[in-house]
Amino acid sequence: MAEILVAMSGGVDSSVAAALLVEQGHQVTGVTLKLWGGESDSGCCSVSDVDDARRVAQQLGIDHHVFNFGDEFVEFVIDPYVADYQAGRTPNPCVECNRHIKFDKLLRRADALGFELVATGHHARIVQDDQGVRRLARGEDEAKDQSYVLHMLGQEQLARLILPVGDITKDRVRELATELGLRTADKPDSQDVCFIHSDGGREKFLGDRIPLTAANILDTDGAVVGHTTSVQLVTIGQRKGLGLAGNAERNYVIDIDPSAPSVTVGPRELTRTDRTALSQLAWTAESVEGVVMVQAAAHGRREAGVVEPGINGAAVVRWAEPHTRIAAGQSVVFYVGDEVVGGATAE
Amino acid sequence: MAHYLDHSATTPPRPVAVETMLRVLNGPPGNPSGAHRFARDANRVLDDARETMAELLACDAGDIVFTAGGTEADNMAVLGVLDARGGQAVCSAIEHHAVLEPVEYRRGTTCPVLPNGQIDLDALRSILSTAAAASVDDGSQAISLVSVMAVNNETGIVQPIAEVARLVRELARNAVLHTDAVQALSWLDLRNIAPHVDLLSLAAHKFGGPQGVGLLMVRRGTPLAARTIGGGQERERRSGTQNVAGIAAMVAAAVEADATRADMVQRTSAMRDRLVAQLQATVPGTHVSGVIDGVEPERVAGIAHLCFDDIESEALLFLLEKHDVFASAASSCASGAMEPSHVLAAMGLPRELAFGSLRLSLGYSSTDADVDAAIAAVGPAVARLRERS
Repeated sequence: MAEILVAMSGGVDSSVAAALLVEQGHQVTGVTLKLWGGESDSGCCSVSDVDDARRVAQQLGIDHHVFNFGDEFVEFVIDPYVADYQAGRTPNPCVECNRHIKFDKLLRRADALGFELVATGHHARIVQDDQGVRRLARGEDEAKDQSYVLHMLGQEQLARLILPVGDITKDRVRELATELGLRTADKPDSQDVCFIHSDGGREKFLGDRIPLTAANILDTDGAVVGHTTSVQLVTIGQRKGLGLAGNAERNYVIDIDPSAPSVTVGPRELTRTDRTALSQLAWTAESVEGVVMVQAAAHGRREAGVVEPGINGAAVVRWAEPHTRIAAGQSVVFYVGDEVVGGATAE
Repeated sequence: MAHYLDHSATTPPRPVAVETMLRVLNGPPGNPSGAHRFARDANRVLDDARETMAELLACDAGDIVFTAGGTEADNMAVLGVLDARGGQAVCSAIEHHAVLEPVEYRRGTTCPVLPNGQIDLDALRSILSTAAAASVDDGSQAISLVSVMAVNNETGIVQPIAEVARLVRELARNAVLHTDAVQALSWLDLRNIAPHVDLLSLAAHKFGGPQGVGLLMVRRGTPLAARTIGGGQERERRSGTQNVAGIAAMVAAAVEADATRADMVQRTSAMRDRLVAQLQATVPGTHVSGVIDGVEPERVAGIAHLCFDDIESEALLFLLEKHDVFASAASSCASGAMEPSHVLAAMGLPRELAFGSLRLSLGYSSTDADVDAAIAAVGPAVARLRERS
């Protein structure tokens, strides 16, 4: 039996995670993180989500607290998110939230408050080999797997983390929630970035904070073929939503230059590359020299590649087959089998 | 055993209040607006209550408007005056949100406070003079309401209402003066404060009455538009059937608080002073809010308000609760998360220090054992947080 702090978002996964830990006889306390003070209707920190988490905790007979990590969220998630878009990158705020908030700030807070372990409702598993090395492995439910957004977890964090729903399917999670009569049993999965309001979307959020720059869209010969109102919102590899006529097969975004400002489109083959530069390289345990399977989007396909480390966290992944170019700022995660062995950020 | 040091959030109901409430609730039913004997009996309870509260506030019984608590009374004062008279509202920057929000909503002005937590009277003078000059050309610029709380709810620091009143009468002749006295009745004789103002808010649960009951004193002749209209209760200033049992209980609590005030202030300030002195002596990096160059501002007896270097209140409160010490920091938002204090920000405290605030508030039921428990729990908790997070 351990003292466990379970992060409860108000969703079904973390509700069931808490319930399972209670059932196993642990001493469980729930916490909901208040991260974003601004408006949001999709997120993990709205008042109604806190209500759901609190009611589930009451039903399970455990204490529930709310921690305000708003300042840290702005510093480590919101500000870099905005700065990244301003620089023509495509950030992954959920990964940064995991890196800095849930698996840094919250882990430290939990330790200070006397909790041995922190639990979350993520669909991933923590496995330990004969040598005692822990690794993050893909969740039982392949379609709901979240190991990609947890790739930054190192040994120290994995040792203090517990993921109770990682070895059951989402359907089973909902079944359990229904059996237990939890009010979150039928709550829809959250899909969107928690601080983006569905009315104005990303464009309004960014437009309120940075100047969005109009730009011409050029073809590979430099001829103007279209126009965008905000170069900052265009992503490498994007083909739709630019309002371009002509041959759709030549309308892939192959270059974005926010300083010019301009966007260049071209044929699909120009979106392909045989190497991708990386930063923030981190291995879960020891480095892996041979071929790994590389995933570069939340539910993207894994492709074979070899990671060549540089200095100060820089690295290059050489693809076995030409790979779609990856927008700078996206997470690039390395798997061997179904286990995460490391990860990095695309440059 | 639980050690409750959060009397400023809500004071445990006084036994006399609970008895009174039950007696009324168990008595015959009666809507005070009705015509039969039960109704008249209920109305008699209200008339008695009005008269007793008027005595405690040195006002007329007809000036008392019963409300569903302090926030309603504050909102009624600010919005009611602006709706009746137009013009601009001014409040101190450290008001409770129940005043601050309606003032900001109506684009009013906030007056700065000094580092010692008291309203900056020079700044108030300047705001009132500037508005008076501007209103010569444009009447809508005239100040119609000034609101300054009697006692700040976070720091316990007493505000100079008499001086504020002098400035308002001198520089904003047509303005109405409101004071949120929600934190005051347990500690200060309001017969000395209420006569300076036109409007005064109280909340029963801050002095041992039930939650959800309060009043607004509205001095005769004060312009005030009703916020709740309907059956015309409370002389058409606040429609809705009164909470008769709650009001009776509020009055019982107020009478006891008034009768025992002198003793309680003496007893509580001794406990509070011991608490603060011990924590300052044993916990490095302890700051008592509002103390500038060693000078303690006037503060009510029940509140100890401290800031600790390099810790976060919400973690501290968690550890204190583990040791059965119940306290609070700044106010909470709708989700229950702790918000950084606007009061400490207005006093010029750096945000990091304000994040490490702790309010230990005592009251009529506090004991030396409560103080001992707090002294024993705070030091180790602060040390642990500095070491581990």
